[in-house]
Amino acid sequence: MILYLLRRLAVTAAILVVICAASFAIFYLMPADPAQGACGKACSPERIAEIRATLGLNRPLPVQFWDYLVGIVSGRTYGTGAQAVNCPFPCLGFSFQTDQPVWPMLTSRLPVSISIALGAAVLWLAVGVAAGVVSALRRGSLWDRAAMTAALGGVSLPIYFTALVLQYLLVVKLNVLPYPRVVPVTQDPAGWAQSMVMPWITLAMLYAGVYARITRGEMLDSLGQNYVRTARAKGLPEVTVVRRHALRPALMPIVTIFGMDLGALLGGALITESVFGLPGVGKLAADAIAGADQPVILGVTLFAAAFVVLANLAVDLVYAVLDPRVRAVG
Amino acid sequence: MTALLETRELVKRFPVRHGLTRRLAGHVTAVDGVSLRVEPGETLGLVGESGCGKSTVARLLTRLERPTEGAIRFAGQDLADLDETALRPVRRELQMVFQDPFSSLNPRQTVRRILASPYQYQGLAPDEPVERLLERVGLRPEHADRHPHEFSGGQAQRIGIARALALRPKLVVCDEPVSALDVSVQAQILNLLKDLQDEYGLAYLFIAHDLGAVRQISTRIAVMYLGSVVETADRDTLFDAPAHPYTRALLSAVPLPDPDAERARERIVLRGDLPSPLNPPSGCRFRTRCPKAADRCAAERPALRAIAPGHEVACHFPEWNEGNDQHSPEWNEGNDQHSPEWNEGNGQHSPERNDGNGQHSPERNDGNSQHSPERNEGNDQHSPEATP
Amino acid sequence: MTLLTVRDLTVDFGSGIRAVDGLDLDLDTGQVLGVVGESGSGKSVTSLAVLGLLQGATVSGEIRFDGRELTTLDQRSLRRLRGDRIAMVFQDPLSCLNPYYTVAFQIAEAYRAHHRAGRREAHKVAVRMLERVGIPEPERRARCYPHEFSGGMRQRVMIAMALCLEPDLLIADEPTTALDVTVQAQILDLLRELRREVGTAIMLITHDMGVVAGLADHVVVMHQGHAVERGAVRDVFRRPQQPYTRGLLACVPRIDGPLPHRLPTLEMTG
Ligand SMILES: Nc1ncnc2c1ncn2[C@@H]1O[C@H](COP(=O)(O)OP(=O)(O)O)[C@@H](O)[C@H]1O
Ligand code: SF4
Ligand SMILES: [Mg+2]
Repeated sequence: MILYLLRRLAVTAAILVVICAASFAIFYLMPADPAQGACGKACSPERIAEIRATLGLNRPLPVQFWDYLVGIVSGRTYGTGAQAVNCPFPCLGFSFQTDQPVWPMLTSRLPVSISIALGAAVLWLAVGVAAGVVSALRRGSLWDRAAMTAALGGVSLPIYFTALVLQYLLVVKLNVLPYPRVVPVTQDPAGWAQSMVMPWITLAMLYAGVYARITRGEMLDSLGQNYVRTARAKGLPEVTVVRRHALRPALMPIVTIFGMDLGALLGGALITESVFGLPGVGKLAADAIAGADQPVILGVTLFAAAFVVLANLAVDLVYAVLDPRVRAVG
Repeated sequence: MTALLETRELVKRFPVRHGLTRRLAGHVTAVDGVSLRVEPGETLGLVGESGCGKSTVARLLTRLERPTEGAIRFAGQDLADLDETALRPVRRELQMVFQDPFSSLNPRQTVRRILASPYQYQGLAPDEPVERLLERVGLRPEHADRHPHEFSGGQAQRIGIARALALRPKLVVCDEPVSALDVSVQAQILNLLKDLQDEYGLAYLFIAHDLGAVRQISTRIAVMYLGSVVETADRDTLFDAPAHPYTRALLSAVPLPDPDAERARERIVLRGDLPSPLNPPSGCRFRTRCPKAADRCAAERPALRAIAPGHEVACHFPEWNEGNDQHSPEWNEGNDQHSPEWNEGNGQHSPERNDGNGQHSPERNDGNSQHSPERNEGNDQHSPEATP
Repeated sequence: MTLLTVRDLTVDFGSGIRAVDGLDLDLDTGQVLGVVGESGSGKSVTSLAVLGLLQGATVSGEIRFDGRELTTLDQRSLRRLRGDRIAMVFQDPLSCLNPYYTVAFQIAEAYRAHHRAGRREAHKVAVRMLERVGIPEPERRARCYPHEFSGGMRQRVMIAMALCLEPDLLIADEPTTALDVTVQAQILDLLRELRREVGTAIMLITHDMGVVAGLADHVVVMHQGHAVERGAVRDVFRRPQQPYTRGLLACVPRIDGPLPHRLPTLEMTG
């Protein structure tokens, strides 16, 4: 098992290196000159040459890539002598726009992204799974049809549209919520929750629709299983039959996609954060893209990819714990 | 007579992986040194319980699978290492019928297309119209333009048989061809296979777990256990004088559709389960369940050897019962499960033996223990008059 | 004493599909009733109708169990009956056991559905039942999951589950059809023994005449949703009155007796 974990981690690392290489190649082969980007609009050719040297841009691309990787695992120093700038581990370079090291930029924005992702996840899991279960139990009923239509709507509405409608209704019209802002959960949990409600609902509407449909399908499948019939034949109360024998197996595939979705969201909810102006990783990415801030774009890409790949690993491990057939012969 | 098909020490191993880690847990030896012969025009029955390797043997013989070791001689040619191109001409003469008729027929093709496919594969023009082929297997000409799902299981199996017969093969390997069918349909398919054999002089390798079906159709029978053949004999010898303890247990486990005989006989109920083929027992594979196992059985693996002409057994202590006069003590013990006349009769059961059955009064039937040798309860359904 | 009486049972799945069509059955306490017929003759639907487990079907007729009419019984009382007084064993034990729970849990669950018992006590009952049905090392095996058992052992688990409450009636729907013949012999032996010791009446559903011959006291032959013949097992096997029964008996190739060149067949589509 330990060996398996090590192997999976090695594969995970390898995938990340490949993603890194691909993003690196794309960003550094683009026509925009990174040195130009770093220096700004009004910049003398000498200054540009100097920056090139400091960033190592005149060295061959594979060497640059290697330096980048080394920077991530052990930190690196840009330039030499008096002008040397140290970039501590894990070094993802410096933002062209703010001259800040990228890594702290990412980590400082992570709490906001996590707040948004986790809160929304709780909401969409609760709503989506519950709606899906009820739909499956009352298949073909009015409720079923209404819920599935709503789910389809939730899936197809664009996020910015939902977000704007919510803002209009809840903030402008009804005035029940403040406009989203950053309130650290440690200082004012109630204020934090209040400020997060809209992003949560916005994201959850999208995902809840997907989860409701999947849950319904899985539930219908497991309700038709022979072991559910056995459970009824044993004289178990219907509630127990549904919860223990139908829902539990139905949740297995949901665990998988949930892990993947959550992983992806932790790497930043780009549109949601932008629309509400919340300074999460997604907003950072949006700003960086707008400003052609290549080190930041690269950093966010890797950061988000790492979440997805690790979520993948986590899902497999959780699956092994939950499913005795996978766990058994280890 | 030279054999049409002959295998020598056929072995097939599969890697086995387990769990989340897909760890290689070892190798299963699904087929472990199987040597078989099929003569032209005969039916060799291959019986054994699920997982004993019957289907793997079928897939090796038809070269859907490549053997790990061993030789397969078919019509004088060794098939074991041939590639697909070299196998093509062989497939004209060696065909297969599968257990699940539906999954072996392409649902999107019409019967006409399905029956043309063997010719296409061989690059030949059909030598008889599809309608004629359908009639040969008891279907109607107008069935040609239907799709498989429009047929019942028995009809679909007839299509499978027609496809196998299209090229007039010499040998058809039938892997559980009637197991998925209802009993009344089974009888029809068994009859069809027999009729086709009579008409075209086909040979069959008939694989099944149902001993009744195997007895009905086979001329010789091989019994498999855990990857190996444990006994081969002609049909009557195998059913009337089985020599391997496993064959005997197998036969005694088949319920007889006859309340008195069924309740009176003493069953050899095997203990436990089939051992894992991943980790088979040392020596004789059957020793963990064998009622006669002795020390020697664990130490030494019994080879298949002849105890009478045409009767081979892989057991250190076979039941020696060719002629019923030389009963060994063990034979007499085990004998109870058959009524005495059963062994005498050895296949020459005559309908007259049913005479007088009508006089059985219910009271007489109550005491099973007083079972007298003359009685032939329950045989009525075999008498010609009783059949519709 | 009469335990189960079925009168004029009809099960309609809508659009004119009558799975069961005017079926009568009688089963006395402690007796074994064999219900034989080919697939689709309505055997399984009948058993599910008795337990009130049919969904999306119209059931009419009478099902009287121990003096109570089941077709009109409310869900709560019906649930109390299931498992406790009428238990069921199905054909395919692997798909009938939930892969996510240990076998002991699934047996204990049945026990606790009808008894006030703690987890520990119910687990003990489960282990005892596993031992009772001949599972070696019951303490250890109790904590295993269904996929870790062989087919025969799984069916023993199903039987342990069905019998842990000592029901008056066990409905066994093709309990040995998915099993190998030597394992089938073990399971039939077990049923015989349990019947003798516990006195449970058994409704034994099968397509195999041999299985009925060895175990049943009475037999009902079903065809197209109704009974074509019924009687004491000896009478039906020795002197079948109906051509269908005779055909069913004759078309099965046997391992003993004379060997016809061709088997007699039931003339039907095939
Ligand atoms: N849920 C269902 N919906 C519609 N028809 C059904 C359903 N269940 C069974 N049937 C039909 O009822 C008939 C009897 O089925 P069944 O009782 O399973 O037969 P048996 O158990 O004797 O093989 C068959 O024709 C079958 O197709
Ligand atoms: S060799 Fe021994 S264990 Fe094997 S079948 Fe013969 S008596 Fe039984
Ligand atoms: Mg059935």
